[in-house]
Amino acid sequence: MRKTALNMVHELAKRDERVVYIGSDPGPGTLDEMREEFPDRFFIEGIAEANVIGMAAGLAMEGYVPYVNTIATFLTRRCYEQLAVDLCLHKLPVRLIGNGGGLVYAPLGPTHQAIEDIAIMRALPHMTVIAPADADEMRRMVPQTLDVEGPVYIRLAKGHDDIVSQEEHGNTLGKAIVHKEPGEALIVTTGIMLQRALKAVDQLAAEGIECGLLHCHTVKPLDAETLTHMARRAKVVVTAEEHLTTGGLGGAVLETLSETMPGSMPPIIRKGIPDKFTHHYGSQDLLLEHYGLQGPGLAQTVKDALSK
Amino acid sequence: MPKDTPPSGPAPLAVPLDERSKHLRRMALGSMLSAGRGHLGPAMSLIEILRVLYDDILTYKSDQPDWPERDRCILSKGHGCLALYAILADKGFFPKSELDRFCAFDGLLGGHPEVLAPGVEASTGALGHGLSIGVGMALANRIKKRDGKVVVVMGDGEINEGSVWEAAMAAAKHGLKNLTAIIDYNKIQSYGPVNGVQPLEPLADKWRAFGFAVEEVNGHDVEALHSVLKRLPFAGDRPSAVICHTVKGKGIPPAENNPGWHHKNKLTDEELAPIREALGEG
Repeated sequence: MRKTALNMVHELAKRDERVVYIGSDPGPGTLDEMREEFPDRFFIEGIAEANVIGMAAGLAMEGYVPYVNTIATFLTRRCYEQLAVDLCLHKLPVRLIGNGGGLVYAPLGPTHQAIEDIAIMRALPHMTVIAPADADEMRRMVPQTLDVEGPVYIRLAKGHDDIVSQEEHGNTLGKAIVHKEPGEALIVTTGIMLQRALKAVDQLAAEGIECGLLHCHTVKPLDAETLTHMARRAKVVVTAEEHLTTGGLGGAVLETLSETMPGSMPPIIRKGIPDKFTHHYGSQDLLLEHYGLQGPGLAQTVKDALSK
Repeated sequence: MPKDTPPSGPAPLAVPLDERSKHLRRMALGSMLSAGRGHLGPAMSLIEILRVLYDDILTYKSDQPDWPERDRCILSKGHGCLALYAILADKGFFPKSELDRFCAFDGLLGGHPEVLAPGVEASTGALGHGLSIGVGMALANRIKKRDGKVVVVMGDGEINEGSVWEAAMAAAKHGLKNLTAIIDYNKIQSYGPVNGVQPLEPLADKWRAFGFAVEEVNGHDVEALHSVLKRLPFAGDRPSAVICHTVKGKGIPPAENNPGWHHKNKLTDEELAPIREALGEG
């Protein structure tokens, strides 16, 4: 997925001379072909995120569309004031490609786990937040970021994630994708929770429980219309995210439905990472399992919610 | 490359202010009084720096603030905005009447500058942002093969911020000769003397070590400022830095070198009388 996103930046640079790439200190060979083809629009600027964001702002003020790329925790935590002031306050078209959203860097520990990135990016006025589920969805969505007004945070997953998105579902920024109409329950996902939720939905169907699935590759702006339409038909809604249960997709769903369904909102269970840093390592999948975010865990959450 | 001028000591800083400098100070003071608040001290040390930049150094069209070929000037020490607003109004970027609505609910001019005000290149106020933005603008000029200057005016306290030095390294790496960092070195930050809060010396050597061609100048001596800034860029392969030795609160007798006047609320008639006299008001 990372390679796909970066290659798309190169493709966009071919089509649009406003496109600039800025990396901090990525792996060797990153976007070599773009560097060779567009040396004046390719920058590697070192481990200095505050400066990188300010510099991207300066370029954007002059008409460029910088795609900034580094590890998600550093891109969101380290330079938050630059994101808020330089990018959001000025409503500048800078794109932030965060490597390793969620628990991708599980073995590297909590300094590298982006578990609150969606919450803090979503909190910023003018910021758009997307978390595609797989490389195909990423390929369809990155070009749409080109002309978004204001900054966009693009949360990358691990790479080699199972391809589950389907082109025929459409892939429009800001528009949630209905993978399955709701039955008794509805699971709402973002990012790579889609793969896990699809397994949960299949398992539940095998057990005779019809559960819908709505995928929100765009967390901000959240597709309130589709979400509300789906939630109206469900007895219970489970949100699933590779993120803290505070402030992320679950928070966004609660906020939205509290406004669109006042008094008639179904029970909403936010499934994610509890409000603490993990000190386990292992792998992304092991941590997801630990937090009940794999298919069986999500299916169990739905069953528990329905039995209440 | 011209030889660096020696640092100005306290004596040369005591230059008398001419009528134009007093006029701009009266405008800034008027804004502050209309709001009943403002960062007076940090603005007063800036007046001559901005005056010389906008009178003689920068190219711009005040009736077309977004003219693409203009030079860019970012007031990174956004709290010095009373001085910026005075010079921008003086140059006709917006009506002088806006100065009397400083910090008003629906005013154009806030306690820190925003790009909504014509002539303001970047919204600042959080310190340590301007130089990085300037680096991006200078790189954009390079890609577009434009010659325009990018000038970033920073405070001495501001350069406590690590992001300034990240930006300095980037500017030097890219050899941004059309980028100039100006330091308003008034030696006093909010709490007190810079030397007590976070010493900066040897400041000129720091900028040189970070890859800048450096000049020092008395930041209130209009002729000296003019002479130094006219020589920009100081080198053909590096960014420039101008360390302006200034007096916080310059021209406002009770505010000079007085940390208590970093930000002021109301002024009494007793306080105002000697100030008006010093600025040539009746």
